[in-house]
Amino acid sequence: MTPTSNLVVTALGLLNYWVYIFLLCVGLYAVLVKGNYVKRMIGLGIFQSAVFLLYISMDKVDGGTGPIFQGEPVAGQIFSNPLPQVLILTAIVVGIAVTALGLALAIRIKEEYGSIEEADTQRMDREA
Amino acid sequence: MTFLGFFTLAFVAISAVLAVTSRNLFESSVWLGIFSLMMAANFFILDAPDVAITEAAVGAGVSTVLFLGALALTAEHEHVKEKFRWLPVVVMSVLGVVLLVVSFEQPLLGDYTAPVHQHVAPWYLSETPRLIDIPNIVTAILASFRGYDTLGEVIVVFTAGIGVISVLGFRPKSKSTLRGSSLAQRVRGVQHHAVLRVVGKLLIPVLMLFALVVQFHGKYTPGGGFSAGALFAAAVMLYGILEGADKSAKALPQLVMLRLAALGATIYSGVGLVAFFKGGNFLNYSVLVTDPLAGQYLGILLIEFGVGLTVTAVLIMIFNAIANRDSY
Amino acid sequence: MSLAYDIATWACLGAGAFFVLVGGIGALRMPDLYTRLHAASVTETLGTLLIVAGLMLHSGGQLATFKLFAILVFLLFTSPISGYALANTAQASGLKPLLGPQNQKARQQ
Repeated sequence: MTPTSNLVVTALGLLNYWVYIFLLCVGLYAVLVKGNYVKRMIGLGIFQSAVFLLYISMDKVDGGTGPIFQGEPVAGQIFSNPLPQVLILTAIVVGIAVTALGLALAIRIKEEYGSIEEADTQRMDREA
Repeated sequence: MTFLGFFTLAFVAISAVLAVTSRNLFESSVWLGIFSLMMAANFFILDAPDVAITEAAVGAGVSTVLFLGALALTAEHEHVKEKFRWLPVVVMSVLGVVLLVVSFEQPLLGDYTAPVHQHVAPWYLSETPRLIDIPNIVTAILASFRGYDTLGEVIVVFTAGIGVISVLGFRPKSKSTLRGSSLAQRVRGVQHHAVLRVVGKLLIPVLMLFALVVQFHGKYTPGGGFSAGALFAAAVMLYGILEGADKSAKALPQLVMLRLAALGATIYSGVGLVAFFKGGNFLNYSVLVTDPLAGQYLGILLIEFGVGLTVTAVLIMIFNAIANRDSY
Repeated sequence: MSLAYDIATWACLGAGAFFVLVGGIGALRMPDLYTRLHAASVTETLGTLLIVAGLMLHSGGQLATFKLFAILVFLLFTSPISGYALANTAQASGLKPLLGPQNQKARQQ
């Protein structure tokens, strides 16, 4: 029983990281393989959110609460690590700014080429 | 790892797969909104309330509106080519396998002896009541201890706003040949949905009030400038959707928003320069007034205001630029 | 007294969960958009009301009770009108509701 329960404990503890790897691969698949520019921006957004999940999973401490003092600071109170949250807080807004810029470029590409598929735009570039 | 955490992780994985594999792009962006909402719930379960508010406001709110606005101007369906390329699949599989093997070396979730909890974090947790004395430690680190990084992030957001304006322009080219009543019908938003307009307009001031609460209460409760900026921009986007994007562009003109975004970044660096000229380092708020703790309080208040101003103005500018563009 | 609060909380949460389940089953099994919206509206009104009421009873008389009440008001404002917007747009786009055999015969005549 001990190796099995050990494996189950390890799997439950590492599940966040495995979901992060899965989302990373899904986002990367969309960026690399899909030809549609808007679908690529969706994949990029999933990729960014996967990285946020990695950082926030790292900051959790067993038995901790969110890093906010309630009243007077009590010695021995366990908080979750505040540092990765600071990094991700700014990264989320920067991510939406980058997504907006990518969507603006996709709109302009549609207006100039008439299509947002990579195959069509590359064909038109070759013929021009 | 509670059952709720397991459920939200499973939902996140499923909605991500569905967002990538749907052929209809509108359906994909709705699935992306659901993905962001579940990710925000997951962040809250992992003890990160500030990040959860920001992800919910930005990912499930602003991002979905921007995607739908861009899709209205581009295409609805994706054409999938039948050619299957091996190289990306091989690269992805190798990356996945390598990361999976490496992940067994990671400390388990919630492990207190992990290296990430050892060096700097206990110093922050013990020194914040002495040096800065505000309850929200995340805001203290964001605004004061790591204020220089946050200045860089604000400049990046402002640069993205300038980039979108350079690509899309201030006054969109009008290719429309509709005239008269059909033009009025097209640009009037959801004018004929009377129920939506009435209830939506009831919600806009409440949303703005909540954005202001999150902004200025960010020292005591989860919040801060970034979440407040996204929430305020969401309120303006709601107005633009209900009444027509031309009305929201007339209420908050693009040039004014550009100046406000620059003003926010200027306030931030201005506070740093005032501290510099008063004898301390750049962005050392303790020298702003005579009492160091009051100086920290004032400095954090001012720069969070600058951050909120820039993020709001940039997101409103981007929404007006995308929503006011005539479709091809 | 706290036992009465606990029992009331459990009853409200259990009933709310039951109605959410009923709404979910209805949204899956109903044949048409309009009937599915009708089933989902059970979730967004009665299910939400009972679950939030149960949580309000659980938190006693603190600030959290008032915040939960505000959340309930906002949910009751926004969920039904999103259902309305969906049904109105579907009807404006020309989606006809699925009628029973008697009504179909009456319509064809």
